[in-house]
Amino acid sequence: MSGRDFVRRVNAMVVKEFIQLRRDRVTFATMIMIPLLQLVLFGYAINTTPRNLPTAVFAHENTDITRAIVAALKNTAFFQFTRQAQSEAEAEHLIRGGEVLFLLEIPAGFERSLRRGEKPRVLVAADATDPVAAGNALAALEGVVATALRRERFVDTPGEAAFEIVQHRRYNPAGTSQLNIVPGLLGTILTMTMLIFTALSVTRETERGTMESLLSMPIHPVEIMLGKILPYVAVGVMQGVLILGAGMILFDVPVEGSVFLLAVVTLLFITANLAVGYTFSTLATNQLQAVQMSFMFFLPNILLSGFMFPFAGMPVWAQWISEGLPLTHYLRMVRGILLKGADLRDLGPDIAILAGLMLVAMTIAVARFRQTLD
Amino acid sequence: MSAARAEPAAGIAIEVEGLRKTFGDHVVVDDLTMRVPRGEIYGFLGPNGSGKTTTIRMLCGLLTPDAGRGTCLGYDIRTEAREIRAKVGYMTQRFSLYADLSVRENLEFVARLYGVPAPEKAAQAALERLGLEGRGRQLAGELSGGWKQRLALGACILPAPELLLLDEPTAGVDPQARREFWAEIHALAAEGLTVLVSTHYMDEAERCHEIAYIAYGHLLAQGPVAQVIAASGLTTVTLEARDASIGAPAMAALTREIEVRPGIDMVAPFGTRLHISGRDPAALEAALAPYRSRPDLMLTADAPTLEDVFIDLMRRSKDARK
Repeated sequence: MSGRDFVRRVNAMVVKEFIQLRRDRVTFATMIMIPLLQLVLFGYAINTTPRNLPTAVFAHENTDITRAIVAALKNTAFFQFTRQAQSEAEAEHLIRGGEVLFLLEIPAGFERSLRRGEKPRVLVAADATDPVAAGNALAALEGVVATALRRERFVDTPGEAAFEIVQHRRYNPAGTSQLNIVPGLLGTILTMTMLIFTALSVTRETERGTMESLLSMPIHPVEIMLGKILPYVAVGVMQGVLILGAGMILFDVPVEGSVFLLAVVTLLFITANLAVGYTFSTLATNQLQAVQMSFMFFLPNILLSGFMFPFAGMPVWAQWISEGLPLTHYLRMVRGILLKGADLRDLGPDIAILAGLMLVAMTIAVARFRQTLD
Repeated sequence: MSAARAEPAAGIAIEVEGLRKTFGDHVVVDDLTMRVPRGEIYGFLGPNGSGKTTTIRMLCGLLTPDAGRGTCLGYDIRTEAREIRAKVGYMTQRFSLYADLSVRENLEFVARLYGVPAPEKAAQAALERLGLEGRGRQLAGELSGGWKQRLALGACILPAPELLLLDEPTAGVDPQARREFWAEIHALAAEGLTVLVSTHYMDEAERCHEIAYIAYGHLLAQGPVAQVIAASGLTTVTLEARDASIGAPAMAALTREIEVRPGIDMVAPFGTRLHISGRDPAALEAALAPYRSRPDLMLTADAPTLEDVFIDLMRRSKDARK
């Protein structure tokens, strides 16, 4: 097998794949629409640090202090006071009916007991059925109230800590979800499209009977695989540019690190996923099975990689599974390069593992590919 | 690698011995031995599920035989599948070109894959040869059955193979297209190409230089058509009503009556006539004696048709397996 013949046959496959891709308008449109749609939905509609949450106040007294507390809470932007409850029953009704997410109850004689240093209690009841919505707002509460009272010089807050904790929210000081979401989307979208489209493109040949013809021609399995994969590498690169470009324009996502390193890491990641998709296509007997297998692989990727839920919060066994998934490593690297300006030294281990996963998947894919119909 | 090519008996394209293939418990091809001379059109006949497709796939290296050996164009079918594929054109039973590629794109793909120089020109030449010039831009999937078959054949011969393996190429194609197809096959054979073609049609079998009949995985007969008929040892008599006095129901009753008589191997109705065959001429004559004396019937000696022979072969093979 001479090198020129090899290139010639791979080229024949690539040309054919591109024509088929171009002719399949729906598939082509999905490849562009999926990234854009997800980016817009995740970027604009989904926010994990929600603000302006509807809150009701049930104040048994109305004094400067209570007004100061309400004002301070309003200032956090987490709370929006939409209702003023007049009775216990009404307050209860508001939160149970879902009309408000928080209920702030200020007891009678609050100011007086405060001045006497009796540590009176302010009750904030939260609708914690959605912990994400309530969590951030609750975390902001305590400090805010204390500072508000001190600033207003009504009282010296009793039991004030002797030291102050200084917090730095690094790499994403405003806690903007989009800065986390865009790199995450880059990874998940590439995983999904690369996986499904390669898995489909090979199974389609088996299903339509064209594989029999193809196998009867003088072409090597590696040549078929390369011919199938290369066009999708191009598609993946296009999607990557699209997501990142839109992320930079729409959400001001920074690129702190090297673009070249990002490109290298992304190519590695795309190829790894293509190889996994290709392996599935050698196992599946029809396109439906190929899609099912892709989703089976996609699910742990999206749930365990740290895209949806924090990696550090998972139990150790789940973290181990996660380490075996390409997306986990890619996410770390993309977040690192985009937001933290990480360089090759920082990302070495992840690159090595990703390359290893890619080699394993490719080896399985080639080994699994049957040259005969046996 | 042509040096490694063991030249078989001169002028032999395919030579296989004791080929066997099983899928699970099911023996699809059993102890198949055959020989196809170069430059011939070799018909491969047999009922559905008799192992024709499996045999063809083993010949071009798409399936690995469980037992037996063989060469195709001098290359070992087990170890030299790559060399075989480069020189063999295989036309699958089901249309297996790309439906979402145009006619021209399909041909160009094949040309590029086989390394034909100037693929665009080669595709153009193939289009002209096939009479498909006007349809170059049409998607292959939109062609009618006859044109699809023509395109598939065109794609097979584009890389100039030495052997064509055609698996039921004319199934579902109209008589006009079939006739043109066979004219093309004969033209190719005249240029020196060897053609192995499987079919169900008896008239197509008679267009072949040689035929092989396979049933239930066993090769039952092979050779030129006349020789296969002669070797069958069948004697056939045609029974016909002298006038229209005997209606279809009476003929049907007669068929059932004659069928069960000793010495009769097969009765096949052909319109208003019955084809009655038996392997022992004397026993056949004895069985038919009562009918000879009937004034309303006319019995004449006839030659068995290829179909008679095949049906007889198939039945005997079935009986032998019981």
